[in-house]
Amino acid sequence: MYLNQKTPLLTERKLVEFLANRRSIGTMLALSCSVFAVGLSGCGNGGSDANTAANTATNAAANTATTSTDTSSGDKLDASVYDKADVKEVPVGILHSLTGTMAISETSVKDAEMMAITEINAKGGVMGKQIKPITEDGASDWDTFKTKAEKLITQDKAAAVFGCWTSVSRKTVLPVFEKYQGLLWYPVQYEGMETSPNIFYTGATTNQQITPAVEWLMKSMNKKKFFLIGSDYVFPRTANAEIKAQLKGAGLDPVGEEYTPLGHRDYATIVDKIKAAKPDIIFNSLNGDSNVEFFKQMKAVGMTAKDFPTMSVSIAEPEIAAIGPDVLAGHYAVWNYFQTTSTPQNKKFVADFIKANPKTPYTDDPMEAAYFGVYLWKAAVEKAKSFDVAKVRAASNGVSYMAPGGMVKIDGPTQHVYKTVRIGVVEPSGQFKEVWNSGQPVKPDPYLDGYAWAKGLKDKLKT
Amino acid sequence: MNSAALLSNLFNSLSLASILLLIALGLAITFGLMRVINMAHGEFIMAGAYSAYVMQNLFGARGANWAFLAAIPFAFVVTAAMGWVLEATVIRRLYGRPLDTLLATWGISLMLQQGARSIFGPQGKSIQAPAWLDGTITLGALVMPYNRLFIMALSIACLVGMWAFLYRSNAGRRIQATMQNREMASCLGISTRRVDALAFSVGSGLAGVAGCALTLLSSIDSNVGTKYIVDSFMVVVLGGVGQLAGAFAGAIGMGFLNTGWEYETTASLGKVLTFACIIVFLQWRPAGIISSRSRALD
Repeated sequence: MYLNQKTPLLTERKLVEFLANRRSIGTMLALSCSVFAVGLSGCGNGGSDANTAANTATNAAANTATTSTDTSSGDKLDASVYDKADVKEVPVGILHSLTGTMAISETSVKDAEMMAITEINAKGGVMGKQIKPITEDGASDWDTFKTKAEKLITQDKAAAVFGCWTSVSRKTVLPVFEKYQGLLWYPVQYEGMETSPNIFYTGATTNQQITPAVEWLMKSMNKKKFFLIGSDYVFPRTANAEIKAQLKGAGLDPVGEEYTPLGHRDYATIVDKIKAAKPDIIFNSLNGDSNVEFFKQMKAVGMTAKDFPTMSVSIAEPEIAAIGPDVLAGHYAVWNYFQTTSTPQNKKFVADFIKANPKTPYTDDPMEAAYFGVYLWKAAVEKAKSFDVAKVRAASNGVSYMAPGGMVKIDGPTQHVYKTVRIGVVEPSGQFKEVWNSGQPVKPDPYLDGYAWAKGLKDKLKT
Repeated sequence: MNSAALLSNLFNSLSLASILLLIALGLAITFGLMRVINMAHGEFIMAGAYSAYVMQNLFGARGANWAFLAAIPFAFVVTAAMGWVLEATVIRRLYGRPLDTLLATWGISLMLQQGARSIFGPQGKSIQAPAWLDGTITLGALVMPYNRLFIMALSIACLVGMWAFLYRSNAGRRIQATMQNREMASCLGISTRRVDALAFSVGSGLAGVAGCALTLLSSIDSNVGTKYIVDSFMVVVLGGVGQLAGAFAGAIGMGFLNTGWEYETTASLGKVLTFACIIVFLQWRPAGIISSRSRALD
């Protein structure tokens, strides 16, 4: 073969010519821009993300298959080795995005988990053993989450992993946890319609957040004309399907329903549409910073909280700081915990957290759920008298803890948590004032089996 | 669509166009004229936005009304300086190597994002808009917020300023000459190095002004830039590279397309349809709306 080494396949000159050719540069940029834009919309902030509920069903089916064929796999986690008396230290994983888009939300959740671990260690650890946190960065990239989850379970042999924020990251690591029989504690409110033997959900499911909020708006506030607005991905779409079913059960129809891509910035048109629809309540499941533009635009055209009140499911204390309390004052949000929730546990939690993290001087619902998740794991391990995942699972039912937001208790069958629902109104100070709570912890019902209006919804949303 | 909705849509389109123009104006120089694909342009926008935040803290609560006005020139200077450093350290060494420039500046954009996160913390910051921008002009059913009118005025001012600078000042003419025929300009005694540095700084400085203005509409975090980089490139490519008028036409075109589609369909579909229209349009007119006739490109 006579290869002329001086002639590479694509010379630099050709490349420059190619790029300088305006047809190529235009089309190429246009194409790559649209690809980039679509890609961006896949990695937004908050609640949950782009995988469809349909995937859950297929995933679950595939996982059962893997689990049953793989039972002899040597990679499987055997956390019972930590039960031996000579083991003084037990590794656990912390898996959050510390860089990239999601770092904004997940860093403080990680800080809350670390604080719980530090506290537990200072008081003698779990079953007399010190907890050694191993932190991995999911980097806001779902494949990275998967790799790191695998690493934490198979190499570090983490007895439990505390992590994830977006639903897409959870759905990506779910098969990994099921395959290697690991244990994930997931701290963020989400859209429901999911259970896994290897995940404990300490955030709210639909009936502990959205359903009671809609109920309260209809019954106590006498709201009839709902306008639903959300970011365009699985969480708001699922949530709104559930809200519409609930409204239908009460003989109501929403006066409007709009979705905007994640990271959408210009809300002038949407706000016009809302104004024309004349709703008496706007139910808002927009995610992350889109909220900023939305509320600022509402305020700019003179739509006040009095005439156009909103109920939000993704706006917590840090979002208020980012949007500006002056813009949000008078609007509602529904959570299980506010920084102002008045319990002795919370006073201590807030003070301790701010002392340890002066740069992020706030606490919010996902942080609280992440914090008590560590304590619930400790309680379940101590009840099981073992770190073994199967034993922890078996012992988990009824395990409770006095969390900053009130009593929480694990519901064994769903591996979700009983939590108190709280509705708050934003005050000019940037904090919430609680206007309603459920009085007692609400039993988690991820598939909404206990609601007549939700009949058939499960199958519709799962497939 | 009734007349009230039509008027409102018209205003929203123009408002979006003015925002797009502002974020693309700097790029019209660095990419349009200099052909540097600067992926860190979005992060210069971010730096401009954070400049407004720094100014707000510097002036305190009492000076809130003036902090914003002071922030605009401050943001320009800060980002122009950043642009100058970037040009001198990285881009100068990569002229004529577009792919390398693209990758290098993309890396720098990631560094700047993480840097902002380390300095200002991960959570978003809000800017208190000055009181004199709080309010609306109402004409019948048409509501025009002051902040959007201000952005329109600012982007027109920037466009006119840039036009005067590029086509009427000596420095601008030197930039034009260098970009059109580097060797000839050099022969005539123009220091092309200095011209490159100047042009790139001015383009970057405009990104800072844009960032400053955007704080009126949204909050600031380290990812602000990634949200604007796509649109700003789109505007320049759609309008036609190489001329300021191109950026103007591109911004108007995209503003109307996006608002119109969004009103008729939904926000997600509107965005898709807008991009689809642009792709089809560029197939038909690859040089964009306003094509410059220059031999250097052929």
